[in-house]
Amino acid sequence: MSNEITAKDINEHDKELLRDIEDALANCVKCGNCMAVCPIFKEVGVESGVARGKLALMEGVLKGDIPISDNFEKALGKCLSCKACAANCSSGVPADELIIRGRQAIVKARGLHPMKQKVFTLLKNRPLFDFALRMAGLFGPLGMKKLPRPMAVVARFPMPGMDKRRVLTPFAATPLRNQYPETIKVDKPKMRVAFFTGCTINYAYTDIGQSVINVLKANDVEVVMPSMQHCCGTPVFTSGDIETGKTFARHNIQTFERYDVDYIVAACGSCAEAFKFEYPKMFKDEPDMKARAEKLAKKTLEISEFLVDVVKFRKDNLGEVKATVTMHDPCHMVRGIKVTQQPREIVNAIPGIKFVEMKEPARCCGSGGSFSLANYELSRKINDRKVADIASTHADIVATSCGSCRMHITDGLVQNHQDNTQVVHVIQLLDKAYQAGKK
Amino acid sequence: MQTSTLDALKKIVGPEYLLTSPEDLYCYSYDATPGHQHLPEAVVRPASTEEISKILALANSNKIPVYTRGSGTNLCADTCPTNGGIVLVTTRMNKILEIDKENLIAVAQPGVVVADLNKAVAEFGLIYPPDPGTVATATLGGTVSENAGGLRGLKYGVTKHYVMGMEVVLADGNIINCGGKNVKDVSGYDMTKLFTGAEGTLGVITKLILKVVPAPEAKKAMMAIFKNLDDAGNSVAGIISHKIIPSTLEILDNSTIRTVEDSAKVGLPLDAEAVLLIEVDGNPTVVEAEAEKVFAVLKENHAFSVQVAKNQQEVDKLWAARRAALPALSKLRPTTFCEDATVPRSQVPKFLRAVSDIAKKYNVTIGTFGHAGDGNMHPTIVCDLRIKEEMERVDKAMDEIFTTALKLNGTLSGEHGIGLGKLSWMEQQHGPILMETMRSIKRALDPNLILNPGKLVGEC
Repeated sequence: MSNEITAKDINEHDKELLRDIEDALANCVKCGNCMAVCPIFKEVGVESGVARGKLALMEGVLKGDIPISDNFEKALGKCLSCKACAANCSSGVPADELIIRGRQAIVKARGLHPMKQKVFTLLKNRPLFDFALRMAGLFGPLGMKKLPRPMAVVARFPMPGMDKRRVLTPFAATPLRNQYPETIKVDKPKMRVAFFTGCTINYAYTDIGQSVINVLKANDVEVVMPSMQHCCGTPVFTSGDIETGKTFARHNIQTFERYDVDYIVAACGSCAEAFKFEYPKMFKDEPDMKARAEKLAKKTLEISEFLVDVVKFRKDNLGEVKATVTMHDPCHMVRGIKVTQQPREIVNAIPGIKFVEMKEPARCCGSGGSFSLANYELSRKINDRKVADIASTHADIVATSCGSCRMHITDGLVQNHQDNTQVVHVIQLLDKAYQAGKK
Repeated sequence: MQTSTLDALKKIVGPEYLLTSPEDLYCYSYDATPGHQHLPEAVVRPASTEEISKILALANSNKIPVYTRGSGTNLCADTCPTNGGIVLVTTRMNKILEIDKENLIAVAQPGVVVADLNKAVAEFGLIYPPDPGTVATATLGGTVSENAGGLRGLKYGVTKHYVMGMEVVLADGNIINCGGKNVKDVSGYDMTKLFTGAEGTLGVITKLILKVVPAPEAKKAMMAIFKNLDDAGNSVAGIISHKIIPSTLEILDNSTIRTVEDSAKVGLPLDAEAVLLIEVDGNPTVVEAEAEKVFAVLKENHAFSVQVAKNQQEVDKLWAARRAALPALSKLRPTTFCEDATVPRSQVPKFLRAVSDIAKKYNVTIGTFGHAGDGNMHPTIVCDLRIKEEMERVDKAMDEIFTTALKLNGTLSGEHGIGLGKLSWMEQQHGPILMETMRSIKRALDPNLILNPGKLVGEC
């Protein structure tokens, strides 16, 4: 018996899903504008690699011309969710979202990829997930070799699904939220914010989290880090597992509602985007949850956005940071929550920094979260272009606003022997300037 | 397709560059033209002239249709593989081979994206003027084969005015070179012109020798709004009769204005019958003088308002309306037919009125914008391909639009090409003898009729 599921089968499974996709897909006029901006198409050069092709394949499935097959799953998997296609689409087709809807259809028809299934099962169990990653932090050093740059390791032994050369971030021996009390008080608080740490900052890049806390304290903002917070769900729902994504969203909404705070801040474009846009969208059919999601969405800001637009961060006590800095705009910052000016304003406010804009700062670095796990070679090629653009600025530091980008670009710099360039979060530079100002 | 043929193709291009999975074939079953979709049997992505020569020799001896394709952005179903067969994708041949500054010539492979050539020659203060709306994606091979135009057509002409020579693989796999770098060249039939705009029916272009020109030193843009369509038409005529050839002279009709205003809010009055966008370029002193004359002509012809851009920011603001035209129209409904019927420029107002009447008569939504200066109009019909009854009305409207253009001594296509989309009106424009002449050229060069069969001149 064939394990392929036809459009007819799905139709019976879920008519609503079919109808939704069909209408939105029809708006793609196949002009091919997406080819000019798709980082994957640039490397692979075939139609199935670009939004136009993927949407055509989805139409094909809906028409019953082609089945939901392995090849279909592979084609839809080759998308970084970088949103460049949607941003460039003259017909306003949200191709990035439609591709996720297509993945949702795959999950419905074929189930989740076994590897992802295991990871998501772990993710769903918050205490177990926390335990596993803390263990990884404790025992990680046994399997990881440190590189001569901060927060960079390579595996000593082959790991399943991971390229051996790949530079990773070590898991923290003590996760960020365990390093601090739940509420971090300041003398004269002018505001109280909840910090959504996200997994990357809590379990790996704790240095970013520390900087966020330092910087907020320096601006007289009281910080609370809700201990029950969980993964924002982006890796889950972009894989098409919308139901699990909703579980995470519901959990986070319930958790953050319990705190009386003025704002919620995140130090990651994707996490901020999840709170700001994805959660309200996810609950479009549940008016009560939708209203609650929207309430939180209104309060959520990315850290640079918060510091510039709301706090008007202190500039009088900034010390000198001598460095040439360039900036990489993470996809979910520039095209997701549309925050690009604020991080630049922060970097430019720091005395001693020479800011050099790279060519195409908003071009995807090729990380795409778990995309780079499944497609390492391809993501490397995309990253090489980014690293070349960085190199041409002669910057010592690449500032960005996403842990995943930071890790991927660090890997790219190591692989391309750009040993004198470091990657940090924008907020780490500001933290450094405040520290320098104290001296 | 026989396994032995597929094996042979695989040997020619290498296993990675032969695509045969149903999903890959499906992705090459369409181009940017609505309503045409046919599956090929194989997709090949050759890397050299030699590989293409071998592919054609193989296809010719087995009588397999070959559909050459660049980025597939054409609007006349020219790259749709109507009879199955092989889709030959040229995008791997994407090298600029030479920029010859002494002769102002660029030599490039067919898979080079037009914008990339422009970026490369810009370093030397040069431009490659043909600029179709899809410059960022479309390939040189495709734009030469479709004889693409663009916004700068009035002053700079279309693609055919920039093609000086080429290397072509003929249907049997033989390779020829025609034309060259000579500005004056009257040796033999003009084969270069013949293959330009041949829509892939006569050969496969594998190398192009293209003319590039000095980039204009200065530009000046302005926008004029008209309450009366005839005033806009008279302005166009007036500008030209004052011996000014703007680099761009664009028009938007009332339904386009209303749609653009509705979605993009650029500040156009809803009751305006037409908007003209004009840009003059060249030597700074001449540009200033020409801009002033244009301004005077617009005022003389009762322009309701004229805005002259003072800086790049204002230029961008003016062009926002033109740029928003197609997107705004295409967002109205799922299916968009952007046609390019062209009339002598004096007939533009008459044509626009006719299209507006046709839209009312058949109750279809049509917005018209386009290149008023060269008479190249884009009646854009928005509809839903899935509604059969509506499509019948659209077909009738389309038929009347093309017939009207021809009656006004116009042509079916100013820049998009014929392909399948406009084939049914070809005889009406050219008459049976000319059509038969074209078909005999096709039969002479492609006796087995393997190259893009059924397109441009129809079945032979």
